[in-house]
Amino acid sequence: MKAAIVIGPDARPSRRASGIIGLLRRTLNMDRFAYGLVSGCAACIILLTVLLAYELWANSALSRMKFGWHFFFTNTWDPIAGQFGALPFIYGTVTTTVLALLLAIPLGVGAAIFLAELAPPRISDAMTFLIELLAAVPSVIIGLIGIFVLIPILQRIVPVLKSVIGFLPIFSGPFYGVSIFSAGVVLAFMILPFIISISREVLLSAPRDLREAALALGATKWESTWQVVIPFARTGIIGSIFLAMARALGETMAVTMVIGNSPKIMASLLAPGYSIASVIANEFTEATGDLYLSALVELALVLFCLTIVINGAARLLILMTEKKGGR
Amino acid sequence: MKKPLSFRRKAINAIMFSATGVCTVLSIGVLFFILGFLLIQGGKFLSWNFFTKLPAPVGEAGGGMANAIVGSGKILLLATLVGVPIGFLAGVFLAEYGHAAFSSVVRFVTDLLNGVPSIVMGIFAYTLIVLRMKHFSAFAGGVALGIMMIPIALRSTDEFLRAVPASLREGAMALGAAKWKSIVTVIIPAAINGIMSGMMLNLARVAGETAPLLFTALSNQFWSPGWNQPTASLPVMIYTYAIAPYPDWHRQAWAAGFILLAMVFIVNITARTIIASGMSNKSRL
Amino acid sequence: MKSEAPWLAQKAIVESDKATAAEINGSPKLQASGLDFFYGNNQALHGISLRIPALKTTAFIGPSGCGKSTFLRTFNRMNETLRHARMQGEVLLDGENILEMEVSQLRLRVGMVFQRSNPFPKSVFDNVAYGPRVNGTRRKSDLEEVVETSLQRAALWDEVKDHLHKSALELSGGQQQRLCIARAMAVDPEVLLLDEPCSALDPIATAKIEELLFQIRNSCTLVIVTHNMQQAARVADFTGFFLLGKLIEYDTTKTIFERPKIQATEDYITGRFG
Repeated sequence: MKAAIVIGPDARPSRRASGIIGLLRRTLNMDRFAYGLVSGCAACIILLTVLLAYELWANSALSRMKFGWHFFFTNTWDPIAGQFGALPFIYGTVTTTVLALLLAIPLGVGAAIFLAELAPPRISDAMTFLIELLAAVPSVIIGLIGIFVLIPILQRIVPVLKSVIGFLPIFSGPFYGVSIFSAGVVLAFMILPFIISISREVLLSAPRDLREAALALGATKWESTWQVVIPFARTGIIGSIFLAMARALGETMAVTMVIGNSPKIMASLLAPGYSIASVIANEFTEATGDLYLSALVELALVLFCLTIVINGAARLLILMTEKKGGR
Repeated sequence: MKKPLSFRRKAINAIMFSATGVCTVLSIGVLFFILGFLLIQGGKFLSWNFFTKLPAPVGEAGGGMANAIVGSGKILLLATLVGVPIGFLAGVFLAEYGHAAFSSVVRFVTDLLNGVPSIVMGIFAYTLIVLRMKHFSAFAGGVALGIMMIPIALRSTDEFLRAVPASLREGAMALGAAKWKSIVTVIIPAAINGIMSGMMLNLARVAGETAPLLFTALSNQFWSPGWNQPTASLPVMIYTYAIAPYPDWHRQAWAAGFILLAMVFIVNITARTIIASGMSNKSRL
Repeated sequence: MKSEAPWLAQKAIVESDKATAAEINGSPKLQASGLDFFYGNNQALHGISLRIPALKTTAFIGPSGCGKSTFLRTFNRMNETLRHARMQGEVLLDGENILEMEVSQLRLRVGMVFQRSNPFPKSVFDNVAYGPRVNGTRRKSDLEEVVETSLQRAALWDEVKDHLHKSALELSGGQQQRLCIARAMAVDPEVLLLDEPCSALDPIATAKIEELLFQIRNSCTLVIVTHNMQQAARVADFTGFFLLGKLIEYDTTKTIFERPKIQATEDYITGRFG
């Protein structure tokens, strides 16, 4: 009972015979071509990253040669006099980041705990979906809200705060709206979703038997969470914080729109400031002279190195936690 | 004799969980807060002029952002052409061909590239293209955004391809299909929903990026034909108008913000829905 | 020596009409000589030598992990997809060394059906047409003819002929496995390898598949790995018993089940282990 249409080596023998050789050659070449193509693209990515590092290094050479390590400790940013020091921006970046973390970590880890441990799965998924939408909001739009909504709100709240804690140097001085404080709050908006979604995943990766063991011994749900699950996931949660930190360091638009763009270090959080990313964004197109440009590129190099180190450490921590869970 | 759970412990349980619930509600509240303002303010100022007119000189009313909408479209098109093929093909490499040491290096480097701040990418495109061409262009902007698309294109391709069961691969090869053919005719089609959704999410993310465009595509008050001129884009316009002192420009910034966010959200929700329904389909297998 | 094996009474198969021991030594369709197989440092097969006669059904039986599936997969070089897999010795198809053939061509002549059905997430039609399509058949009328013929040989045509463009994933488990058989038959292979094709199926689906194997046995050399001794007894002309990577005994099914020559074989048949 042979099939009516014959396919394969027996079909149309004469055409197939030469076809087989041709097919052989063609397939071998196609497979090799395909392999070459895809591995080439993969190699391309590595090349691009190396090229990126190189361009940053090469284009900041002027500034690095001239200022050396003093670049990081000098408190002057004077394009006219040709004096460039990164300290004001490092200060601005660090303070806004620390402030954002102080605001976002309790809120974010708290929400992650709720979503991972307490909420029923469908509600948890729905809420996580919404949080991930928040992560998708572009920075410039958060900046828009920052300028027109947040700052007016803060202008009402801050005097109240000042009447309570105004004696502290960090809350002294006039408040004009744009300030390190506003930038910190806006930054907190941006990193909150990351902390929540990554911490939630890290918490969910804790094996079920861990929780059940605690519950079986009579612990309340909170106790099992706090005393067993969180210590297990602690490294991963710290990893998520690092990731949020790396993101905060490089955040440009929202911060630029509310920070005030003033390259002076002031004790008060209510004073305007300047972050590394903001000064690059604002002054790059107006930079006259190679030294000026080179100094800005050196700042970009600093950002690059910082984010790589912190991101690398973060991924490692998260990987370690997921490995523990046997994922 | 078992002691009943102490009141104190029960109270702590209730309090702490309520606190975390409050955190969650606040976090979600932020989203609705943002959405709400954009809807109201942006919707208020949206007009036909917005879509059809060029920006008016300072002080004159009635300007629009037609050039920015088109400009964003052009830049994003170029970004997709640059970033998606490289990321996709490299993802195919990692999932289907792979090579222990090289693959881990590629994955690691891709993660690093993903973490680079967008403004640094802008500088990269500047030194690579703008400096050499001696002028700003949509081309440079597209390349900057395209490079940013690569890591996510790679990751989503890699993950969705690896999710295709090995039994399908074996089935295709047992029928005499060469490896590349089995990938193209069976594996990729099986994963295509997820991959396309991943690309959509990628595009939505990059569509909102402003910083890399600030010194690559710059901006433009007029139309920018071709790829070699400074080109206006929605995010850059939002930024420029928002920080300017003219209330008319502020109104337009809100309108633009509304459009941008609406597009980003629509693409996001569509993509996530496709992925979610794809997951539930798999369970039928 | 065991006498009456009760299940032999249920054998619906053509008894040894020409299935004599002599056939094993004739000109074989497939032949293995001194085949060793290694997964990394683990040796999975030790010096397997046997000849599989053309247009007959041969079964491999043995306890789990004895290497019968591994051996089956060497015939269409599917083991090459595994890393760290190494083969020593010879395997011949019609006298030709399979390692010297182009692997795609080999797989057109030696098809495979897997333990769990693995239809592609495409329509029924596209599944069956896949083999012919990737191997050059383009014309719609040719493809339609192949698809119908293959589905008829797989005893599935009547059930799907009005639903050819529905997704293959909507078929039942038994139907999907018959679809996989149709898909394998569509390239008209000379040999069909079946790796425990019914192990995931209920008895009714199993019976349907055994019946279709019975229908195609005369046009195709069948090699089937099975856990189920009764199945081997029902469908196979020749049976090979494997244990710990070695071929213990290989003879006509009747001999293996009624008068096995090796003690280990008898122990397995009578259920003393396995």
